[in-house]
Amino acid sequence: MSHAIEVRNLTKIYAMGGETVHALDGVTFSIEPGEMVAIIGSSGSGKSTLMNIIGCLDRPTSGEYHLDGQDVSRFSGNALARVRNRNIGFVFQNFNLLPRMSALENVEVPILYSGTGGAAKLARAALERVGLADRAGHEPNQLSGGQRQRVAIARALVNNPTILLADEPTGNLDTRTGREIMKLFHELHAEKVTLIIVTHDTEVAEQCSRNIVLRDGKIIEDKQIQAQMP
Amino acid sequence: MFLWTVFKVAFKSIWANKMRSFLTMLGVIIGVGAVVAMMGLGTGIRESIIQNVRGMGANLLTVRAGSRGFGGVRSTTQQNLKIEDGEAILREVPEIQMAAPEVSNSYQVKYLNKNTRVTVRGSSVTYFPVRNNEVEKGRGRPFTETEVSRNARVAVIGPTTATDLFVAQDPIGETIKIAGINFMVIGVTKLKGDQGWYNPDDVVIIPYTTAMSQLMGRDNLSNLYLQVKEGADMQEAVEKVNVVMRRQHRIQAGNPDDFSVSNLQEIADSLEMVGNLLTALLSSVAFISLIVGGIGIMNIMLVTVTERTREIGVRKALGARNRDLLSQFLLEAVAISLTGGALGAALGVGTILGFNRLATSNPSITFRAQLDAWPIILAFVVAVGIGIFFGWYPARKAARLDPIDALRYE
Repeated sequence: MSHAIEVRNLTKIYAMGGETVHALDGVTFSIEPGEMVAIIGSSGSGKSTLMNIIGCLDRPTSGEYHLDGQDVSRFSGNALARVRNRNIGFVFQNFNLLPRMSALENVEVPILYSGTGGAAKLARAALERVGLADRAGHEPNQLSGGQRQRVAIARALVNNPTILLADEPTGNLDTRTGREIMKLFHELHAEKVTLIIVTHDTEVAEQCSRNIVLRDGKIIEDKQIQAQMP
Repeated sequence: MFLWTVFKVAFKSIWANKMRSFLTMLGVIIGVGAVVAMMGLGTGIRESIIQNVRGMGANLLTVRAGSRGFGGVRSTTQQNLKIEDGEAILREVPEIQMAAPEVSNSYQVKYLNKNTRVTVRGSSVTYFPVRNNEVEKGRGRPFTETEVSRNARVAVIGPTTATDLFVAQDPIGETIKIAGINFMVIGVTKLKGDQGWYNPDDVVIIPYTTAMSQLMGRDNLSNLYLQVKEGADMQEAVEKVNVVMRRQHRIQAGNPDDFSVSNLQEIADSLEMVGNLLTALLSSVAFISLIVGGIGIMNIMLVTVTERTREIGVRKALGARNRDLLSQFLLEAVAISLTGGALGAALGVGTILGFNRLATSNPSITFRAQLDAWPIILAFVVAVGIGIFFGWYPARKAARLDPIDALRYE
């Protein structure tokens, strides 16, 4: 079986006022389907840059990035948009639901961009999966933080992506709600969804089956851990 | 993304900022409203001018004494236009059906203690049909051949003159004084309506024989009116009249005419051109306000794009291509201009109907604004075009945003 993700010798160099900064400096790793991986690192470690490249929002300066078997590191803008739509489900720290649209309409958005039919039915199924079928008609400002994040996860899942990429998914939630979201991630993990969680929260990281630690643009640790269910 | 979904999102965002959207639309509303109303008024004015000219007598040729100099200005005043010229034309030009001579001058006309200054026209019995200026039914009669040949002191007066001198009294059979000479009123002409540059209803028409011998003391004519037969070639008639006139006046080949023949059709054509020009002028002023409206749309769309930078980032992360965002924001701009266009068209139509209603109750307004479909369609198309034109730049800006920067935007 092929890797879900395989990156080889990934570098990203920014030019900042005449100085060049190596945000990523030869990063190599791969993630298998069904893994639940935490990418950890302090600010400035390059984890945001790595997340942007894995999320196909950015391109590496050099190196290869294979997503679901295809080398996407040199894809054009439109092809990357298609990859984001089909292969990646984003979950953001601040939910990023579109205002003035119901939960259901928010979950429909990726399907509208992929152009496949039956948006309402698929979106409803995704909401059911995160336990929010009864809130389908509510707008984001009528939902609690935890509910909003669930809608966002439903939106990320609706196109059956190769990976679900979560950026500090519990960062804006209180401890209890954060745990509920992590519980949902564990359920998805049990359903063999590939999860990549970018975080600096050690409690979150400890719940993942594997931790990749970054510092100064390099991987300093990559370990399998015995996941602790809270 | 399905067009309908995009439109729904666009209208939702317009509705979410009702006041702002309405103010933005106002430019387009006023612009489209003004274009529709101005074109309606312009067309109405043009039509009424043409109708007035036609009302002066269709198929009418006017022979005037004096040649036409530079720019149509009569350079000399000749006094050799004679009644015999008219007779010769009538005899030799088969296209001419009727001829009516005219001697005219302005006089003080009195009835009892009332007096008014009026153009007195001396002519023959053919004047009434040729000038399309018949006597109103039940208000007397025109003068007869016998009255003309006997230099009778009879007068047919215009309805305005009748009101000025007699108010509500019946003028038929009353005696008026023209320059101190008594004339009996025998008829009143039909109302033709004020034409702006002159009023055909403020007139006294008397036999030309009486006018020449007793009132004006002259034996030459001011004008000769010729009615061309229905279906005859106007241009050919003019040429033949020219030939006869030159021979009558013994003008050597190569010498200029000492008369001029004018064709009402020509006047109608040039007036129509003036009317079209007027419509174009009014409309172009209105179009400027459409452009101003478009700039308003562009401005508000730039604000919208900035406000929704984050949304743009999220949509890109969810798989929106640049062209999806381009079409979304473009359609939003078009939705604003289209709604504005619809409201503006309603405003324009309302203005036209309101004006016509006002004109009906106000007899001094003799024309009606014309309600046509095509200015509305045109204004609509232009409104949509303006939405696309002025929405393009902001939409492109939205489409080209970098998703990482857009997602990070606070």
